[in-house]
Order: sequence, then C-alpha cells, then structure tokens
Amino acid sequence: MSDSHGGHGALAHHFEDLEQQREAHTLGMWAFLVTEILFFGGLFAAYVVYRSAYPEAFANASNQLDPVLGGINTAVLIGSSFTMVLAVHAAQQRRKWAIFGWLWTTIVLGTAFLGVKYVEYHHKWEHHLIPGPNFLFEGQPGGSEQLFFALYFSMTGLHAFHMVIGAGILIWLSVLALKGRFDEPGRNAVEMAGLYWHFVDLVWIFLFPLLYLLGRHQ
Amino acid sequence: MTAPSASAAPSFAPRDNYLTADYSWRSWLLTVDHKRIGILYLLSVTGFFFLGGLFAVLLRLELATPQGDLVQAETYNKLFTMHGLVMIFFFLVPSIPGVLGNFFVPIMIGAKDMAFPRLNLLSWYVYMIGGLVSFLAIITGGVDTGWTFYAPYSSTYANSNVALTAVGVFITGFSSILTGLNIIVTVHKMRAPGMTWFRMPLFVWAHYATSVIMILGTPVLAITILLLALERLFHIGIFDPKLGGDPVLFQHLFWFYSHPAVYIMILPAMGVISELVAAFSRKRIFGYSFVAFSSLAIAVLGFLVWGHHMFLSGQSVYAGVVFSVLSFLVAIPSAVKVFNWSATLYKGSVQLSTPMMYVIGFLGLFTIGGLTGLFLACLGLDVHVHDTYFVVAHFHYIMVGGAVMAFLGGLHYWWPKMFGKMYPEALGKFSAVVVFIGFNLTFFPQFLLGYLGMPRRYHAYPEEFGVLNVLSSAGASILGIGYLLPMAYLLWSLRYGPEAEQNPWGAKGLEWEKAPTPPPTFNFDATPIVTQEAYAYADDLPPEESRTQARLV
Repeated sequence: MSDSHGGHGALAHHFEDLEQQREAHTLGMWAFLVTEILFFGGLFAAYVVYRSAYPEAFANASNQLDPVLGGINTAVLIGSSFTMVLAVHAAQQRRKWAIFGWLWTTIVLGTAFLGVKYVEYHHKWEHHLIPGPNFLFEGQPGGSEQLFFALYFSMTGLHAFHMVIGAGILIWLSVLALKGRFDEPGRNAVEMAGLYWHFVDLVWIFLFPLLYLLGRHQ
Repeated sequence: MTAPSASAAPSFAPRDNYLTADYSWRSWLLTVDHKRIGILYLLSVTGFFFLGGLFAVLLRLELATPQGDLVQAETYNKLFTMHGLVMIFFFLVPSIPGVLGNFFVPIMIGAKDMAFPRLNLLSWYVYMIGGLVSFLAIITGGVDTGWTFYAPYSSTYANSNVALTAVGVFITGFSSILTGLNIIVTVHKMRAPGMTWFRMPLFVWAHYATSVIMILGTPVLAITILLLALERLFHIGIFDPKLGGDPVLFQHLFWFYSHPAVYIMILPAMGVISELVAAFSRKRIFGYSFVAFSSLAIAVLGFLVWGHHMFLSGQSVYAGVVFSVLSFLVAIPSAVKVFNWSATLYKGSVQLSTPMMYVIGFLGLFTIGGLTGLFLACLGLDVHVHDTYFVVAHFHYIMVGGAVMAFLGGLHYWWPKMFGKMYPEALGKFSAVVVFIGFNLTFFPQFLLGYLGMPRRYHAYPEEFGVLNVLSSAGASILGIGYLLPMAYLLWSLRYGPEAEQNPWGAKGLEWEKAPTPPPTFNFDATPIVTQEAYAYADDLPPEESRTQARLV
C-alpha cells in the first residue's frame, strides 16, 4: 500500500514509523465506516418514516418475503464474518497460505449469499413485485406496498453492491498474499478489509429483521 | 513590500521545490504531493467559478429589464439552476478545503503530506469526473429543477437532464467525503512533535470541523440523490405521492446535508480569517479556544437546523418552532467568532495589506449575512420573505461576501508561499475595494427587493422593481471586474512578479517560519519540533509590551 519513494518496504514516505502508519490506516477505515453508516442511514430513515405511516401495507408486503431464505443468508453471512476473522488472524501470524485459504472461504460464502439473493430477486420478478410501472401486489396495482418494495430493493441492492465490492477486495488481497506482501510486519490491509466485511454483515443484521420479520403474520 | 521582514533572511538560492521537482505532465497528473493536488484543485475550481459566473452574468443581464426579453422563462430556469449547482458543488464546497486546506493543513501541523496521499489524488479525479459529467449534462440541454432538485418536479415532471446532473453531483460527493476523511486522519495522526491540539492554528481547527460535516453529511446527500435518480429512471415510487410517497421526505433528506453544507462552505473561510486577522494585527487571536470550539459547535448545531428551509413545506408547527430556536442558537458560535476577531484587532498593530482588506470586507459582509439569517429563522418573518430575493441576498452575503472574500484573502496571503512570487500590492488593494463595492451594489438592493415582495426564480418582474434590479445588475458588472483583476495580476506575478521571501508578512506559523518558499516536496528540511503556541506574536515584542499584550489576551 506504500508510495514508492523513501522509507523501507511497508512504511510509506510520509509516516515516521509503522505504528503511526497503522494508527492512521485504522482511523481512516473507521471514519470511512462512519460515512457508510450515514449512507445507509438515509435509507433507514426513509424506512422508518414510511413504516410508521403505512404499517399495514408494510406488514402485508413483508409477508411476501421468504424468511427461510433470509435466515439461511443470515447464517451464511455470520459464518463469512467468522472466516474473515480467521483470515485476519492468519495475517497477523503472516501465514500466507492460511490467509489465502480463509479469504477464499469468505469469498465463497459471500458468493453463496449473493446466489440466494439472486433466487429471491428472481422470485420477486416473477410475481411482479419489482417497483415500477409493472408493479402488481396480489394482482392489483400496488399502493403503499410498492414503497416497501422500493425500499427492499434499494436497501438489499445497496447491501449486495457492497458485498460485491468486498469480494473484489478480498480476491485482490488473496493475490497479494500469495505474492508475499503480508510476510513482513506493518501490512494491515487484511485487517482493514475485515473491518469493512464485518460492517457489511452488520448492515444485513439490521436489514433482516426490519424487512423480513417485523410485523410478520401468517 | 512594506511588510516588516524581521524573520529569516531571504533564501534566493535556487533549490528544488515542489514546483521544480519535475516538469512532466505525468508528474502533475499522477502526483501524490498534497501541494500539487492543491494546485490542481486551484485550476479546476477557478474554471468552475468562471463557468458559474458566466451563468450569473446571463441572469443579471436578463434582470436588467423588467420584461423577459433576453431569454425565455425555461432558459432562465436552467440558468439559475446551473449557476447554483456549479457554484455550490463545484466551486464553494471544494474551494478552500481543496486548495488552501490541501496545501496548508499538512504544512501547518508539520507533516510531510496528508495521511493518504493517493486517496487525496483520487478525490481530485472523482471531483473532476463528477464535474465533467455535470458539465456534459449542462451542454447537452441543461437542467431546470433548481439546485435543490425538489421532488416530485425533478423525479417526475422536469424535461431536462436531471438524471445525468444528479449522477455528477453524486460522484462529486465522494470527492468531498474522501477529502474530509483525509483531513480528519491527518489532523489526528500526522502532527509534528510538540504540535498539541491547542497549538494548532485555527485554520486547522476549522478544517477539522468542516471535515466532520463532510463525512457525516455528504453520504446522506449521496443516498438521497441516488434515490432521486432511481425514482426518475425506474419510477420506483419512493417520492411519488400517488403511492403514498412523501416529497417532503426528500426535502428532509436533502437539507440534512445541504444545510450543514453551508457550514462546509463557511467554516474553512472562518479558518482563513482567523489566520489573517492574527497575522495582520500582530496579535495572538483573542480567545483562541473559544474560536476553536465555536467551529465544532457550528458543526454540531449545523446538523440540527435543516428544518428552517421547510417552514412552508408542510412540516408540523412544533417542528418549525424547534428548528427556529435551534437556528437562532447557531448564531452564538458564529457571533463568538466575529467578536473575537474584532477583539483581536483591538490594540493590534493593524496593517491594511491586500489580504487584510478582504478580512475587513468579510467581517462586515458576514455580519450582515448572519444577522439577516436571524430574520429568516423567525417563523413569522420567514413566511413573508420566504422564496424572495431577501433569501437570495442573505445567502449571497454568506457565500460570496463570506466564503469567496475569505478565499480571495487567503489566496493573496498564501500566494507568495505557494508560488514564491509577490503580486502588485497596490493593484491587490484596489481589486479588494472593487470587489467590496461591486458586491454590495449587487446584493444589497436584493434585500430591499425581497422585502418588497419580489420572488426569486422569475425571469420577469413588475416595473416598480426596475431601479433596484438595474442597480444590482450594474453592481454585478463591477463585481465581475473585481474578480477578473486578481486573476490577471496573479497570473502575471507567476512570470514577472518579484521573488517572495520565506516570510514576506513576518507572520507566525510553521508554513512561514519553517517551510522554505516555495516548499520542497516534503515541506520541511527536517521535521519541525513545535515549542510554542500558535500566533506567538507577543514573543517578538520588547518584554514590556509583550506583558501588556499577554494581559490583553
């Protein structure tokens, strides 16, 4: 991650020592995650406003989601957070094959999540639940139910987009790991990617109950 | 130069600095040097400033006569929209943080660079891409929603390039986020030995507070604009009243960013003024910690007042009352600053150099802008002047009279350090006066127009508003000259200006005392060790006076 001139190996030219560099990276990552919270925050605010304005429509619309698939996905994602922690642990011990292995386990779990998400989206597509001019709710042109699905797709879509970015970063890190970039001290990119990955998981931990479970009835 | 040069001897010996380190295009476009990135920002914000200015010229030309004769109503809508968009998102927000902040925050705290140099470069590219996308939207038909993009007009009914413009603004937002993030980490982690928080120049405090707003506010604008684009492109219904969607929700989300954004524009300006007041009064700033904390107070309170844009949008009366009270509260930290600057001038050895001329202008204009803001925070009065020229005049007093004056003042103050050249001082003072006169002539009549009931955003108006509008248009032409003059002589100075000393103003601060002019790539020859507070001007005085000053402080 360092800029070429000056310093040795892992230390970028403008830092005094590795400790300062590590602290700067960590603070930068946390600050970035704060911006992400605010980014999703706008959607959560919209959700709260509309849910309290149209509780019945939201409960009915929520019934169209599949809590089993959502539950499976929650488990898959929590599992991926665990394997991500193992990757970070391996990076601290500078075992490059272990880093590589755990990163790829995480990537596979993340991809599984996206696969399930695809199945769910496809199901919504078949039932005309994609918000827009062709939206139908139980055969009728929808009213406020459409707002629920607009939020459902915006929120889970934005979340899925973050998963895709995260998987891309992990693939890149796995290549760097094999090249031996994490063999020397002062490289904390895996740890930083881990923070991001956990954040994206946490967003889902909020999305799942809000979208799938709240007000559910048979 | 008339400035006393008590400090370091002029270092005219040719040596490598950040400008001469490398001359290739590549070395500029791929630079990770915060100073070069600052120059890239300077070039681009200047370009956008004159583009936005061009729209303003056309607006004022149209308004020179009561009839809508120069442009049609639709064109006029596009002109004021694009004037606002360009000036806010592509000039005011990135101007001081991008140019002066980028250049001087690391130097002022004794760092070699920003914490994330490549992220810094990325933020410039993101800004340029956003700018070019918006520019593309402008030249392929423009946009007419007002810079506020209010739904459902923007999402459903407008027939202009809303989506493309929104994408441009969305992209540029990330540039702002990255800049803010970089400054926060830099201030926390890159300070030189001995540079404690309360030894930092107030310019740095102001940028820190600004950055907090940038990283907390901008993402909300981003998601709002994204929802707007989705609504416009795919009709998902999120702001569509037919489905129960709430256009007022759009306004809430929009102003949650866009009111704090006002402070993104003015706080760095206040930081500049703090530096200039101290340097040209030869005094430590009065009430240093009050000025420092008032920046943070403005950043925090600024997030709690957005509803005052919506007194007439159908929000509840109780919300209106709360937002009104909170808006009054923002006046307190703002006034703390103005009073402390004035107190700094008191018994200071005031020197009316060009930058100081802008400071004096700022103090008066910002005060008028701030006080008229209190009028607008009054629920009852706001009903009368809402969406009139009174509002237009108010925010131009803050944005142009405040932020742009400070930007010009700061640019003149640090120009010798940035480029190692002096500009013609007499011409500098003259332009500052021209800007001041032109500005007041342009915008003061607008207060009267608004109070008399002329609504904003119309291309024609009744005959009786003619005189004041002609005054305003005439003032705008003077203001335009006031902006072109510095552009001309500053460019001239690059080639023909006399060499600047290391510290032509005899000012305090690491950028003047420790960094060569212009600074080398890593800013200092050796990492500076800070042993004194900021603005230690009293140390230069004979012991007796120094004691008197210390008592005053």
